[in-house]
Amino acid sequence: MQQPNAQPMADGVLRETASQTAGPYVHIGLALDIAGLPPREQEVWNRMAGDEAQGERIEVVGRVIDGNGDTVRDALLEAWQADANGEYQPRFDLDAPFNSFGRTAATVENDGEWQFLTVKPGAVALANGRQMAPHISLMVFARGINIHLNTRLYFEDEDDANAGCPIFNAIESPTRRQTLLARREEGDNGPRYRFDIRLQGEGETVFFDF
Amino acid sequence: MSDIENRRFVPRDRNWHPAAHTPGYKTSAARSPRQSLVSLQTPTLSELSGPDFRHLHMGPHDNDLLLNFREDPQRSGLPIGERIIMHGRVIDQFGKPVPHTLVEMWQANAGGRYRHKKDQYLAPLDPGFGGVGRCLTDEQGWYRFRTIKPGPYPWPNDVNSWRPAHIHVSVMGPAISTRLITQMYFEGDPLIPLCPIVQTLRDPEAVATMVGRLDMAHSRTMDCLTWRFDLVVRGELQTWFENQR
Repeated sequence: MQQPNAQPMADGVLRETASQTAGPYVHIGLALDIAGLPPREQEVWNRMAGDEAQGERIEVVGRVIDGNGDTVRDALLEAWQADANGEYQPRFDLDAPFNSFGRTAATVENDGEWQFLTVKPGAVALANGRQMAPHISLMVFARGINIHLNTRLYFEDEDDANAGCPIFNAIESPTRRQTLLARREEGDNGPRYRFDIRLQGEGETVFFDF
Repeated sequence: MSDIENRRFVPRDRNWHPAAHTPGYKTSAARSPRQSLVSLQTPTLSELSGPDFRHLHMGPHDNDLLLNFREDPQRSGLPIGERIIMHGRVIDQFGKPVPHTLVEMWQANAGGRYRHKKDQYLAPLDPGFGGVGRCLTDEQGWYRFRTIKPGPYPWPNDVNSWRPAHIHVSVMGPAISTRLITQMYFEGDPLIPLCPIVQTLRDPEAVATMVGRLDMAHSRTMDCLTWRFDLVVRGELQTWFENQR
């Protein structure tokens, strides 16, 4: 008998269960369609905004790129974002017009590109009266990633808001802040933002600990 | 929302979890950041909130892998392999249960083969086994799956690397800050200490947090063995004093 949780770190404070990679077959568990499995009654996936959602409908796409410059074709991403009014909607409900949480994955068919269908989030007000610029929190999982990576996507066309955002500016290097800016393009069905995540090396994306 | 903004979690011990760059697990070499993580001294609503899955519609057998997949509904029978129950509690670092949180799991079949179009291992697919489950924890943080014990399998890392039998487990917890994916190993498996992925952890006690225990008391006579696996997510600290900000 061992576990909870092996050796406590202090009186009554247990150790967190250790992280392990999600592995190459993460799709079986979290992205069934990509593994080739039939869908269940409801799946958590990348359409965060339905037709009735308020706000500017956007497509967010990108690739995860490794230290050799190659596309990571087995990455899985999770997104958490406020709605167009800057409010989080914690209740996950596929019947609701908008969900703050979504999942997506790089696919071989799309040459390693992933996609979210959502709305542009509003600025998020903090209790201290300051505002965070519109952003999408992203978690990156893949084979070879031992513990998921946390980053934030900001929007290149929100210069003023970005300049006033306490988190964006908590990144000491102004050069590195640029790695969090998604670039606006014209998509097939409206605006599209492109956000490549570089895991290592030149232009390495900022990852957070919190 | 301001209550949520006052939330604080025990900081994640990055020396306890595996480092990003662990050369013994070769795929990590090109997929690990070289820059340091940027630490947010004051986490915000974006990190302190998270999804509540109580309104996600689940099927009656989503947590029963013995019944939730049939390649051919007319002909496929029960999956091949050792019938097991895997159960446990999701608690936080202070031992407090985490109710109504989403627990998801996926695994190989008894021969060590995943039902994934990319898995080309020699062992055959099982027409009665998919390998995916999910459920919400109950009021006391308990979750339960019925499945078969997965087999070990070889993988290209070192020459002749083998994964110990394992079940992948994903848990959300109360916020984005508590998000965790891990793997449950089976107590007594001689492959555990040989595995390069297990070896990404430096502390044997950290490995022990991932090893499920045989739970004879909850095993079912003439039916199946039970394995107990508790998940500990970051603890929510009490905020006794309010800061003026």
